Amino acid sequence: MTAPAATRDPGSAWARYRDNKDLQRLAICLVVGAIVALMTGKSGTVTAPTSGITGTFKSSSAYVWIGIFVALWLLLTVRDRYLQSVQSATHVLTTNRDRVLAITPVKWGIYAAGLVVAIALPHFVNNFWQEVLVGQIAPYVLLAVGLNVVVGFAGLLDLGYIAFYAVGAYSAAYWTGSLPAHPPFTVNPFWAFPLAIAAAMLAGVILGAPTLRLRGDYLAIVTLGFGEIIQIVANNLTSVTGGAQGITKAVPSFSVHAGGLHYVWPLELLPGNHYRWYYLILALIVVVLTAFHLLENSRVGRAWMAIREDEVAAEAVGINPLKYKVLAFAIGASTSGVAGVFFASKNGTFTPPDFAFQASILILVLVIFGGMGSLPGAVIGAAVLQWLPQALRSHIEQQDLYIYYGALLIVMMIFRPQGLIPSRRRAREIRMAEHGVGSADAMAQPGGAP
Amino acid sequence: MCLTHNFWSFLVIGLSNGFLYALIALGYTLVYGVLQLINFAHSEVFMSGAFGGLFVLNKVIGNGTPHGAASVGYVILGIIAGGFVGGLVAFLLERVAYRPLRRRNAPKLAYLISAIGASYFMFNLAGKEFGRNSVDIASPYTNGTVFTFLGAHVQTDYLVVAGVAIGMLVFLDRLVARTRLGQGIRAVAQDADTASLLGVDINRVISQTFIIGGVLGGAAGFLFGLQSGVIYSMGTVPGIKAFTAAVLGGIGNIRGAVIGGLVLGVVESLSVSCINASWTDVIAFGILVVVLLVRPTGILGERLGRSA
Amino acid sequence: MSEAIQERAVDVEDPILVVDNVTLRFGGVTSLADVSLRQGRGEILAVIGPNGAGKTSLFNSISGVYRPQEGAITFNDPDGRATSVIGRSPNRVTRLGVARTFQNIRLFNALTAVENVKIGVESRQRTGPVGAMLRLPYARREDRESDDRAFELLSFVGLQARANALAASLAYGEQRRLEIARALATRPQLLLLDEPAAGTNPVEKRDLEALIRRINTEMNVSVLLIEHDMRLVMSIASRVVVLNFGRVIAAGTPAEVQRTPAVVEAYLGTAAAEGDGDAASG
Repeated sequence: MTAPAATRDPGSAWARYRDNKDLQRLAICLVVGAIVALMTGKSGTVTAPTSGITGTFKSSSAYVWIGIFVALWLLLTVRDRYLQSVQSATHVLTTNRDRVLAITPVKWGIYAAGLVVAIALPHFVNNFWQEVLVGQIAPYVLLAVGLNVVVGFAGLLDLGYIAFYAVGAYSAAYWTGSLPAHPPFTVNPFWAFPLAIAAAMLAGVILGAPTLRLRGDYLAIVTLGFGEIIQIVANNLTSVTGGAQGITKAVPSFSVHAGGLHYVWPLELLPGNHYRWYYLILALIVVVLTAFHLLENSRVGRAWMAIREDEVAAEAVGINPLKYKVLAFAIGASTSGVAGVFFASKNGTFTPPDFAFQASILILVLVIFGGMGSLPGAVIGAAVLQWLPQALRSHIEQQDLYIYYGALLIVMMIFRPQGLIPSRRRAREIRMAEHGVGSADAMAQPGGAP
Repeated sequence: MCLTHNFWSFLVIGLSNGFLYALIALGYTLVYGVLQLINFAHSEVFMSGAFGGLFVLNKVIGNGTPHGAASVGYVILGIIAGGFVGGLVAFLLERVAYRPLRRRNAPKLAYLISAIGASYFMFNLAGKEFGRNSVDIASPYTNGTVFTFLGAHVQTDYLVVAGVAIGMLVFLDRLVARTRLGQGIRAVAQDADTASLLGVDINRVISQTFIIGGVLGGAAGFLFGLQSGVIYSMGTVPGIKAFTAAVLGGIGNIRGAVIGGLVLGVVESLSVSCINASWTDVIAFGILVVVLLVRPTGILGERLGRSA
Repeated sequence: MSEAIQERAVDVEDPILVVDNVTLRFGGVTSLADVSLRQGRGEILAVIGPNGAGKTSLFNSISGVYRPQEGAITFNDPDGRATSVIGRSPNRVTRLGVARTFQNIRLFNALTAVENVKIGVESRQRTGPVGAMLRLPYARREDRESDDRAFELLSFVGLQARANALAASLAYGEQRRLEIARALATRPQLLLLDEPAAGTNPVEKRDLEALIRRINTEMNVSVLLIEHDMRLVMSIASRVVVLNFGRVIAAGTPAEVQRTPAVVEAYLGTAAAEGDGDAASG
């Protein structure tokens, strides 16, 4: 890549820099530290655009950040010197951890414990956090689990996932008579659920059937476009959706009237009612997780794996890739629809900005962070990443969040593409792809050797 | 009346927009040619060029109202500023978000995800640092109707855009056809492995391709900002439209990007006379879907896009 | 002369596969030119020819990856029903009963051997998302059956000891056998093997020979084989078709074909080298 050392002046500073890995790393750490300082520092304004930059570097916190990254550089340099001992130590730890986790009863024990914690949680936190649990964390866990089927299991990059959420919400509104456009018959909120899910699934099939034939990156762009226009469509189709003002009347609260059981969920707004909605969505999450876990280890799950590994070989073995891709898309779409219905009946009312395109990206970040293809990863990743902004809300402005999400995506891809809690298979696939074996996703060029 | 009402006006506007789309589309198409990667973050390269032009011109022109030769000078200055910043950002983008992935032979999905991350990172950071409201660039010339053509008012803006675009396109054409760099780009686009075996420095070619695309995109950003103001989120929509243009013309094909841009600009503009203006953005998306499903090779392109 | 050759290539009773005047072009290059051949039911037919002769293109045309511009390819099942293969997508061709392996082995590398084969078995099953998510009885039964059948097939090819090993970790010869097991899992009547002996050592070659024979006799599967290894071809093929530059230049029994001047000329030294090489290592 660079000219051989003999032809360069070995004494020049640039040459010395080029050869010295440590110096290069230091430069990178300094720059990254500066960027992080900028990210967390003062904001600029339109009239004083550079005030953000100058403001940041005038304050001491910028230098704290730079200092932290210099410390990181020191740590890395030291680690490299003593690479062997550190590596073997961590290797022993991780192998033992993996061995323990592979024991099925241990794994299920951890899941059970997690469930217990999840159930008990609302009772130990204050009202603010209960609201966060119901509005920010749990719904996004559900969404991440759903997108994980599309991105993680089937390997399809869907950048417009929020569109199905919108379909679910608007369908729920439609079937309970809350939109300007009226349905042939109205149903009580309980039945709006399955109808909205069916609508979302149908939307998934309609969008997927023509577009899932496309290569991975083209599919991504098409779904991105779709996600972008859903807000425009919601805004403009005023006679159907109520346009920019939102729906005409509130969606009735979710209720159950079946087999002797009558229960109406109370208005979420009133304190003390959060956890009723929380348990509803928690139940939904558990059902979905169980279903997807079973799906993963079934004929369908294996077909997805085959398609992801080598689509040409999968076809040669009798698998119809389009059918399975549409299936993944439809399942993901329905899950998103479920979350949408939940949102609609909990909040009662909504407007097009609730379906802003960037939410699709956020859900993708949650899945990637947690671990593509890993159900526990999706849950934990979503929970952690949705909790953090709230925990740090006094330090980070809401509107700056996507700076962090964007940076996180890049960092994850470079340093830990398998995610926080990788599915073992996915980690293997990525490792193999990096060594030139296979392609680890449904995006490589299939080519029958002529 | 759909299409007949103010036809020439819309056509002129459409061509002007089309040139802008073409300039941006070239960035997408060049990178796709050498890396088979959709550089999502190119929309932010475009945006950064606008900010570059904004800062330089606002500093230099201040509250003045330049005329004549000074105007030309300022426009050139703005283009240089925009192009420079665009090229720089593109270069950094390649180094930070893509090269590390190439080094570890990451699966294709990783590049796309990194690209998305880079895009979101950049535009939100810009929003934070430069405010979230639109700013106007100090005008280097007074915009007015230069002449009328069949009832269409041809504004200075349009002429500037067309002039700059054509100039840059001619330059690019020369670059790709006649220089070693251009040869390198074409070689890598055809077959990267063989090219490297023949001594082409792949990393350098890729870097330079990004820079060229970035210069074009940044200049386009400046021109766009001149007309519509500069704001941190200005890249997203033109980005998708320009990508549509690139696909329409045939992704990977330079002439195609230009043709695609012009066609898209004109079609979009003419559609305003037929449908409600708020649906215009949907047109581009509609064209994208139709092209990808019906003729993914685009108007001029090679066989790309299908799963098999 | 070419009529006589064509005669030989198609002189078959009860053909399982009929290739009729197939021409395949890519832009300016003609990969297959007016190729006709028939494979008898239960026969092991070998297709040989120098590199670039169009052998894999032929396979790709039969398995649905390529679509020839001219001609017809028909598959006849035992009940006499003839189905055209051209225009079918590869997965539908497999469902018809035609399975294949690949020249450069395409396994699902991050999956285990048994999972690879299970996927093949499951191509014939019915379990869908509903059955899987609700763990319906038929789904559970099919899962057990696919496990059992996968292990059976692994034993058949001699890989039962490596069932839970990652496909990528298998030795080269083992990988070839795994790919064959996976293809057999789809219950084919016709198996297309693309250079199964490439890169294998003489011991593995002998095992492969035996395996192909067993596939043919015990499982009643017709085998269409692309091979460069003449010893293997001579040993197991009942008939041979020779391609060169996309045309059939000879057809007949292995002995007949070996003597045909056109064939010797086509290989011109390659055959001699192959022969010497085999003698030296065999």
